[in-house]
Amino acid sequence: MRLALSDEEAAFRDDLREFFTTQIPADIRERVREGRVRFPDDVVTAQRILNARGIAVPNWPVECGGRDWSPLQRQLWSDEMRLACVPEPLAFNASMVGPVIAAFGSKELKERFLPATANLDIWWCQGFSEPEAGSDLASVRTTAVRDGDSYVINGQKTWTTLGQYADWIFVLARTDPNAPKRQAGISFLLAEMSTPGITLRPIKLIDGGYEVNEVFFEDVRVPADQLVGEENSGWTYAKFLLSNERTGIARIGTTKVWLAQVKERAANTPTERGTLLDDPLFAARVAEAENELLALELTQLRVSGSEADGKPNPASSILKLKGSQLQQAVTELLVDVAGPDALPVDAGDDIGSPEWAQLAAPKYLNYRKVSIYGGTNEVQRNIIASTILGL
Amino acid sequence: MDFDLTDEQDLLRDVTREALTQTYDIETLLKVGDTELGWSREVWAQLADIGILGLGFDPEEAGQIELMVVLTELGRRLAPEPVAQAALIPGSVIAELGDDQQRALLDEVAAGQTLLALAHQEPGMRGLTTRVTTRAERQGDSWTVTGRKNPVLSGDCADVFIVSAALPEGQGERSDGSTAGVGLFVVAADAVSRSAFRTFDGQRAAQLNLESAAAQPLGAGGDATAGLLKALIRHQSALCAEAVGAMEEALRLTTDYLTSRKQFGVPLSKFQTLTQRAADMYVSLELARSMSFYAAMSIADGNFDPVIAARAKLQISRSGRHIAQDAIQLHGGIGVTAEYPVGHYAARLTAINQTLGSADDQLYTLVGGLGSYGTVSL
Repeated sequence: MRLALSDEEAAFRDDLREFFTTQIPADIRERVREGRVRFPDDVVTAQRILNARGIAVPNWPVECGGRDWSPLQRQLWSDEMRLACVPEPLAFNASMVGPVIAAFGSKELKERFLPATANLDIWWCQGFSEPEAGSDLASVRTTAVRDGDSYVINGQKTWTTLGQYADWIFVLARTDPNAPKRQAGISFLLAEMSTPGITLRPIKLIDGGYEVNEVFFEDVRVPADQLVGEENSGWTYAKFLLSNERTGIARIGTTKVWLAQVKERAANTPTERGTLLDDPLFAARVAEAENELLALELTQLRVSGSEADGKPNPASSILKLKGSQLQQAVTELLVDVAGPDALPVDAGDDIGSPEWAQLAAPKYLNYRKVSIYGGTNEVQRNIIASTILGL
Repeated sequence: MDFDLTDEQDLLRDVTREALTQTYDIETLLKVGDTELGWSREVWAQLADIGILGLGFDPEEAGQIELMVVLTELGRRLAPEPVAQAALIPGSVIAELGDDQQRALLDEVAAGQTLLALAHQEPGMRGLTTRVTTRAERQGDSWTVTGRKNPVLSGDCADVFIVSAALPEGQGERSDGSTAGVGLFVVAADAVSRSAFRTFDGQRAAQLNLESAAAQPLGAGGDATAGLLKALIRHQSALCAEAVGAMEEALRLTTDYLTSRKQFGVPLSKFQTLTQRAADMYVSLELARSMSFYAAMSIADGNFDPVIAARAKLQISRSGRHIAQDAIQLHGGIGVTAEYPVGHYAARLTAINQTLGSADDQLYTLVGGLGSYGTVSL
């Protein structure tokens, strides 16, 4: 056992830190820090800079543009990126559809899609959830019927995040309604968003923002060569994708940055007894959150080191579960620092309530999502109970 | 960075686990716990034979990682043998600060023939503090100590005590000059009066009444605050490691029970309200394990940091309380009976929480430095 990074590991980290803090434009990182990212431009700009350096998709197989990094190196990459407030590579591309195409797609699909996916020339979105298929994803009803050289897709998807910027969508659709097990009749298809028959309807969220959509498919004709892997094997690919998605949601470095903001703002918030950070009741909550965050960081380092054959350890459910709880705890703390200044929203800088305080409550409300998406925390507990505890 | 045990450490874990598994089932544990000593001399001799009672006395041979590995196994089996408190922790102080003659004692400790105790805790003391009211006095070349120490873990059976006592003015100041130093003294059992008692988790301890008790300065004497703090930090890490073993076993007992116990015609594991809670216990366990590693790995790197000790103990306290309470609740009535082990694990975890500072005491330590850094890091 050794806690310290080796000289090589430390040099690797320092290189990345230097790159992230000097090569990604400062205004983009500032907007990430303040929660005012400009979509899609900031994400595209950052990902292309990372890709030019060959570090946008290090988790992909080497022959597809990935890096032969150890789990610790990947962790350092992710941590440093978050600590530097670099927009992370678009998850739908880098952690979801990219790895699926790399692992299960044909040579043609790989050549056609992977370079553009890594460079964010294609912006992907996710067509998984449906109104009647949330946690029970295998009950998807959207159908894809083979007709000559095409599949014809009909149905409805929902919770499609950032679909308004998307060029392409990856879709789970039922290709065999008579399969003995419903999981066995699902396929993984790729569709261009401009295909006739696809329409998008925005869903406004409780923070007033617009980031998710419903996507409707009406006789959407997709060339059959846009099927990934085997027909009716989509569930296997979906599970692979979901376990990758799960690991990415811990966001420990980001939560660290936010906690530092909480402290800084609390230290500048006067109360009748000093500053808010001097208040032992408030300080104890911050200290608890910091401590759990370090415990989770160590757990992540342990778990990532134990991944076998690139398959995520089922213990990665801990990361999603606890990581989302901590993100929520910190957004809650930030609202509590803002206090009454959290009440105004979009009021500009004409009033005394600073912008960060005006953003605090919408962010808190928005982040209720993290214990729901990527497999609800209850689903993660079921995974732990069945896979790890044998219950 | 590396979280794997070496082959030797793996072996140490297996040997310890094997020895204790063969020795302790719940009936044996209850029987041994009822004896006056509260633990088994036979098992003690066995632990000495496999080299556990001298672990770390030679820092070249073993260190805090080995100590952690052994303590986790003791915790898993709820073994009452006072390995850390009667041998390894006070032994580490002698190994570091003692003179040749005092260090000779360590061979007897490692062989299981002599029991030690660190007599530091005093009424009103919480957390990892080195401030004491027990006084040391000097007359010519000889020293005495006067004060009250309570609770002293293994104080009932110790042959030799390491006693902390405030030094008189001019006899060793703290390096920062803030206050008179604290010395460490070797005091023989026959120089003290002690009131032995049981603790609620079935262990043994004592109050020591020291009235001008003959005392020999440890090593060269003078201020030993730094050495004392190191011992307390070692002990905190050992307690964390023990707690992780206890939590792991409490969870194992619980999941076993959920799959075997039937109600409404089905195993309890069919009820999601129970399995979801078991999953949360697992999360608590893994966070605790990570922090136990953190504490031990830091010490192994030579970093004796009270903040890291507080971090580890805070997580262990939270996780230990959660797992202890839910392990009992998920068992139902059997969980609160003396004949079934899970309640004893809960008692031990509760006792660990109250040793060397509660969760709140750890928070006080952490809150103090909160504004001195931005992003928290390892």
